[in-house]
Amino acid sequence: MSRIGVAFDKARADGRAVLVGCMPAGFPTVDGSIAAMTAMVEAGVDVIEVEIPYSDPVMDGPVIQKASDIALAGGVRTADTLRIIEAVAATGAPVVTMTYWNPIEQYGVDAFARDLAAAGGTGLITPDLIPEEAGEWLAASEAYGLDRTFLVSPSSTDARLRMTVEHCRGFVYATAIMGVTGARSQTSDAAPVLVSRVREATELPVGVGLGVGTGAQAATVAGYADGVIVGSALIRRLLDAPDLDAGLAALRTLSAELAEGVRNPAR
Amino acid sequence: MSAGETAERFPDSAGHFGRFGGRFVPEALVAALDELDAAYRKAMTDEEFRAEFDALLRDYAGTPSLLYPAERFSAKVGARVLLKREDLNHTGAHKVRNVLGQALLTRRMGKRRVIAETGAGQHGVATATAAALFDLECVVYMGEVDTERQALNVARMRMLGATVIPVTTGSRTLKDAMNEAMRDWVANVDDTHYLIGTAAGPHPFPELVRDFVRGIGDEARRQCLDLTGALPDAVLACVGGGSNALGIFHAFVPDTDVRLYGFEAGGEGVDTDRHAASITGGTPGVLHGARTYVLQNADGQTIESHSISAGLDYPGVGPEHAWLHDSGRARYQPVTDAEAMAAFELLCRTEGIIPAIESAHALAGAVQIAPQLAAELGREPVLVVNLSGRGDKDVHTAGEYFGILDKEQ
Ligand SMILES: Cc1ncc(COP(=O)(O)O)c(C=O)c1O
Repeated sequence: MSRIGVAFDKARADGRAVLVGCMPAGFPTVDGSIAAMTAMVEAGVDVIEVEIPYSDPVMDGPVIQKASDIALAGGVRTADTLRIIEAVAATGAPVVTMTYWNPIEQYGVDAFARDLAAAGGTGLITPDLIPEEAGEWLAASEAYGLDRTFLVSPSSTDARLRMTVEHCRGFVYATAIMGVTGARSQTSDAAPVLVSRVREATELPVGVGLGVGTGAQAATVAGYADGVIVGSALIRRLLDAPDLDAGLAALRTLSAELAEGVRNPAR
Repeated sequence: MSAGETAERFPDSAGHFGRFGGRFVPEALVAALDELDAAYRKAMTDEEFRAEFDALLRDYAGTPSLLYPAERFSAKVGARVLLKREDLNHTGAHKVRNVLGQALLTRRMGKRRVIAETGAGQHGVATATAAALFDLECVVYMGEVDTERQALNVARMRMLGATVIPVTTGSRTLKDAMNEAMRDWVANVDDTHYLIGTAAGPHPFPELVRDFVRGIGDEARRQCLDLTGALPDAVLACVGGGSNALGIFHAFVPDTDVRLYGFEAGGEGVDTDRHAASITGGTPGVLHGARTYVLQNADGQTIESHSISAGLDYPGVGPEHAWLHDSGRARYQPVTDAEAMAAFELLCRTEGIIPAIESAHALAGAVQIAPQLAAELGREPVLVVNLSGRGDKDVHTAGEYFGILDKEQ
C-alpha cells in the first residue's frame, strides 16, 4: 500500500479524516515554501500537496494564481520543486504533487516519475489530465510505484466516474463545487452526494477539495469524506502577512484549527 | 466525393490530429464537452440545422463573400492575387461564420448564456452580435492590454448588450482572457456555452470551429475555378489560433497541387523573444486543452507572445495546424510587424481596402512567396489570399505606427 494509503488507514482507524494542505512550490521563495510546508506538518497537517506553479492555471482561483505568479516571478524551476518535495518528505509526512500537465510533459513524463519517486514524492494529482489522455503517465506511475489521483466532479456521469476511479491509486479527489479553487463561506451540498457516488465505485479513500477554509468547514467535510483538502485559505495566510515569520505563525494557527476540525467530524 | 474527404478523417473520435489535439481539461468540463460534441454531430447531419445555418450565413452575414482579383496589388506583388473578401461580412471578419454556428448550437442545447474570449475584439463583437440576435446573455473576457488597443471594439460589444470583463492577470492579453473564460465555464457550465473564437481548445472545438468556417474555402475553391478555370497555385492565410486559415485551407487539403501557406505573427522577429509564431518559434506542449505547438520555456511555462496584431497575439495555435505542419501538407512562415504593416499600407494604397492587421500578415506572405513561387513555376502564380477581416478596428494602431494621427489624438 502507498504511503498515502497508510495515512488514510491510520486516520480512519482513529475515526477522523486526513488533512491535506496545499502550497505552491517556490512561494514565497523556495526556502520560504519549505518553511511553510514544514510549519504546516508541525501544526497538524497530515499530507502536504505541493503544487507546481504554472503560468496558465485554469482550475485555480485568484489566490493560487497570485501565489503561483509570485513563485514563477522568483524563478522557481521544476527541478526546485523536486528539491522542495525531498525536503518536505524528510519531515515524514507524505508529499503528493499537484500539477497541470504541461510542466510534466516538458520535463519528460518518465523522467519526472523517476525523479519524483527518488525525491520521496508519493504521486501526482492531475487537474487537467483525464485518464483518456494519460497513457504515458499510467505507464510511468506503474514503473515507479507512484500514486495517481484523477479528479471527479459533480458533473461526471456514473460511467466516467467509474472509469476515472479505476485509474486512480492512493486516493480519489472529489471537487466539491463546480468552480475553481478558492475559499468559500459555504461548502456545497453536491459534495456529500459526489462522495457517496465515489464510494459505490471504489474502496479508495476520497478527498474533498475546493472551498474549505475554516475548522468548522473541515469538520463538516470530515463528516462524510476521508480527506479534507485545503489550499487557498492556507496560502492567503502567507499572502496577507507583512513578512514570512508572521505568515508562518498565521499558517500554524489555521493548520491547527483545521487539524482540530478533521478530528471532530460532524456526523 | 466532396473536396474535404481526405481531411475529414481528422481528427479521430477523441479529437486527435496525429499526436496533437485531444482534451486536457478539468474533469468538470468533460460532460459539457461531450454534450457539445453530441449536439454538434447531430446538427451536422440535420437538414433543418444546415438550412438554418445556411440562411443565416446568406441573409445575415452576407456570404458567400467575394473573391476579388486585386489587380493593382497583384502588379506590385508579382502574382495574380485573388482576395477572399471576408472583410465584407457582417461584423467585418470571418469570425461571424463560427459564432452563428455556435449560437445555433447553444440554442439547441437549451443554454441561455454565452461567454467568449477575445483578442482583437473581433470575436467578441461577433459573439455579442450573435448573442443579441439569439437573445442570449453574453460575457466577453478581454485582456486589459487589448481593451486599450482595441477600445472601439469594446464600445461595439457594449452597444450590442454584452458585458466586457477586462482581464488583469498574466500578460493581460488573449491567453489570459482564455484562462478566465475557462474558469467561468467550469463554474457555470450548466447554463453557459463557451463560444471559443478559434480552431483551438479541447475537442470538439477545433473540429467544430473548422467546420463552421470551412465555407470560406468551399466558396473560394468554386469561385477560383469559375474565375480562372483552374485551382490556385497557393492558398494563403494568417494564423493566430488558426480559424480563418483552416476555414480557407480545408476545401483545398485534398488538392495536393495547391500549396497551403500559413503566416504567423513574427512580431519583431522569431529570433527575438517578441513574436507570436507558435509553430515556427515554439515546441509541442499542452495549452488551453489541447496538445499543440506552444511558445514555452524548458519548464513548460507559457511565454508571453507579442504581435502588433491583437488577434494574432497568442502563444498557441489550433492542433490541426500543428498536424498540417508536421505532415508537411501546409507550410508555416513568420511575418514580422514591419512586413505586415508594409503590406497593410500597400493594400490601402493600391486597392482602397483597409485590411485588418491580422490579414495584412497574409498579404505580406504573398509578397514573401511570390518571387520564389514564380521562379519555381516559370510563370505568374495564382494566389488566393484570405482577407480575413477589415481594418476599421486597427485605424488607431496603424495611425500610430505610420505617425499620421494628429498630435492631440
Ligand atoms: C480579422 C482577423 N483575422 C484573423 C484573426 C486570427 O484568428 P484565427 O487565426 O483564428 O483566424 C483574427 C482574430 O481576432 C481576426 O480578427
